[in-house]
Amino acid sequence: MSQDFVLETQSLTKEFKGFTAVDDVNLQVQRGHIHALIGPNGAGKTTCFNLLTKFLTPTRGTILFNGKDITHSSPTDIAKMGMVRSFQISAVFPHLTVMDNVRIALQRKLGTSFHFWKSDKSLDVLNDRAMELLEEVDLGKWADTITVEMPYGRKRALELATTLALEPELMLLDEPTQGMGHEDVERVMHLIKKVSAGRTILMVEHNLHVVSSLSDRITVLQRGAVLTEGPYEEVSQNPDVREAYMGSEAA
Amino acid sequence: MTTQTLDSSAMDKSVSKNRMLYAVLLFLGLVAPLAIYPVFLMKVLCFALFACAFNLMLGYGGLLSFGHAAFLATGGYITGHVVMQWGVTPEIGILIGTLCSAAMGFVFGKLAIRRQGIYFAMITLALSQLVFFLYVQAPFTGGENGLQGIPRGELFGVISLADNMPMYYFVFAIFVLGFALIHRTIHSPFGQILKAIRENEPRAVSLGYDVDKYKLVAFVISAGLAGLAGSTKSLVFQLSSLTDAHWHMSGEVILMTLLGGVGTIFGPVVGAATVVTLQNYLSQGPLASWVPVILGLIFVICVLIFRSGIVGEIQKFAKKNFS
Ligand SMILES: Nc1ncnc2c1ncn2[C@@H]1O[C@H](COP(=O)(O)OP(=O)(O)O)[C@@H](O)[C@H]1O
Ligand SMILES: [Mg+2]
Repeated sequence: MSQDFVLETQSLTKEFKGFTAVDDVNLQVQRGHIHALIGPNGAGKTTCFNLLTKFLTPTRGTILFNGKDITHSSPTDIAKMGMVRSFQISAVFPHLTVMDNVRIALQRKLGTSFHFWKSDKSLDVLNDRAMELLEEVDLGKWADTITVEMPYGRKRALELATTLALEPELMLLDEPTQGMGHEDVERVMHLIKKVSAGRTILMVEHNLHVVSSLSDRITVLQRGAVLTEGPYEEVSQNPDVREAYMGSEAA
Repeated sequence: MTTQTLDSSAMDKSVSKNRMLYAVLLFLGLVAPLAIYPVFLMKVLCFALFACAFNLMLGYGGLLSFGHAAFLATGGYITGHVVMQWGVTPEIGILIGTLCSAAMGFVFGKLAIRRQGIYFAMITLALSQLVFFLYVQAPFTGGENGLQGIPRGELFGVISLADNMPMYYFVFAIFVLGFALIHRTIHSPFGQILKAIRENEPRAVSLGYDVDKYKLVAFVISAGLAGLAGSTKSLVFQLSSLTDAHWHMSGEVILMTLLGGVGTIFGPVVGAATVVTLQNYLSQGPLASWVPVILGLIFVICVLIFRSGIVGEIQKFAKKNFS
């Protein structure tokens, strides 16, 4: 059974000084799916991501990745196993070039990242692959730009390219279209669709248009607990959901 | 977007410009003792290396150590001790001193690196104070008197360093080696990750980098090079004393680095030269007792107005006007 699921949590709980931010969450993410995690602000979505990638330690509960218990693994090990996250606030290396951002991710598998005596020219073997990744997210023209000078939407695209560089089995995206104009949202949406081939994506997303067109399955969180779960059609008909979350936004 | 795009010919041009600069500086370093008192130059070089080592940690690792005096002093004491007691040649003495400082750096790093910002600074300060009191008590440091009359000895057992000229070229060679190592470290695969960690630590973690290990390696290199500076200095002045272990020294290296420009490769060299020159000239005149006040004022002005330091401001100016 657990073979079908890339990621599974059992009674995942996080308490902050008596306040329960994530409450007994049982989440199952099926291999190959785009799985959306939605819910009002403060519902515990980001905290959930922090738990899954061990940026926070769960108070209780178990996390299984490919059936393996990773509840006590370090964030670094989890990334190495193939679960890579992005952040709600854009996560780039602002004063490095766009190309260097992607190379940082690619560089790990060369196994020379502790070699302080080697020239950084030895990293040039990664340039072709880095360029490929940048082209994939339409950033080829920006390769030599210092990242901080790019518009916001482009930075988020760069984040995707950097995450993709690790060829993760499971990508966690925290509000990838947050704060974007309409055109950027469309572009990022297509990007996510494109890169979802051959991998699993778990994403937090507020934009219901994005959620409805991309996701295979949706989990709704409210005050830290799972309100309901299912495909969009089902979830969007649920009266609790309509009231708690979609009521104001959904037609 | 075109403003920041470097085409490859512009890149080549800046590389060859850098080469020219290094060649000129190397030449100046070689002829300098013909015009300037070599002992003064050696003092500048030792402190410049010390500040460069410190800068690797603050400017590229993003960690402010307030305990680098411990490494400077350890290099000096150990080198002085083994040269005097075991009679080893100067290069072996320096090597042993450097390794001991690096080992101490490993211990400090292990204890401090998990902490960030002010906590990191406080733990390194506390540890270096521990080392200071250890050196006050330990028999091999000579207590308040320090180690005096350390022989400069013969390089490789052949070349006498008793005269200032050969000593100068030996010190210059050490400085160039240390500087080259720092330069390479910054421009290495390791340096790339270090920069990534400084830029966005959580992101580096999420990409699978064990950031504490990278910081630890940087700290050990930094401590080792600070020790190299201390070891060399103890042979130049034939003296190792508690002054080097005092927290004032940890503060002074911060001043030198900030004054010159943190995170720039030449900043610490310029900062060290400025501070040492000021100390030397002022301490001979009527302002002698005002030296700490003057340095403090410079520090305040630097922090308030010239935030990127001398070299940083020059770079900014050049970028604005010539590119
Ligand atoms: N480190 C923390 N310490 C205390 N409370 C926190 C912490 N992180 C998040 N919270 C609280 O947990 C709740 C869930 O936050 P979050 O996971 O960011 O929500 P979402 O991403 O769904 O908007 C919020 O009420 C927030 O204030
Ligand atoms: Mg959030």
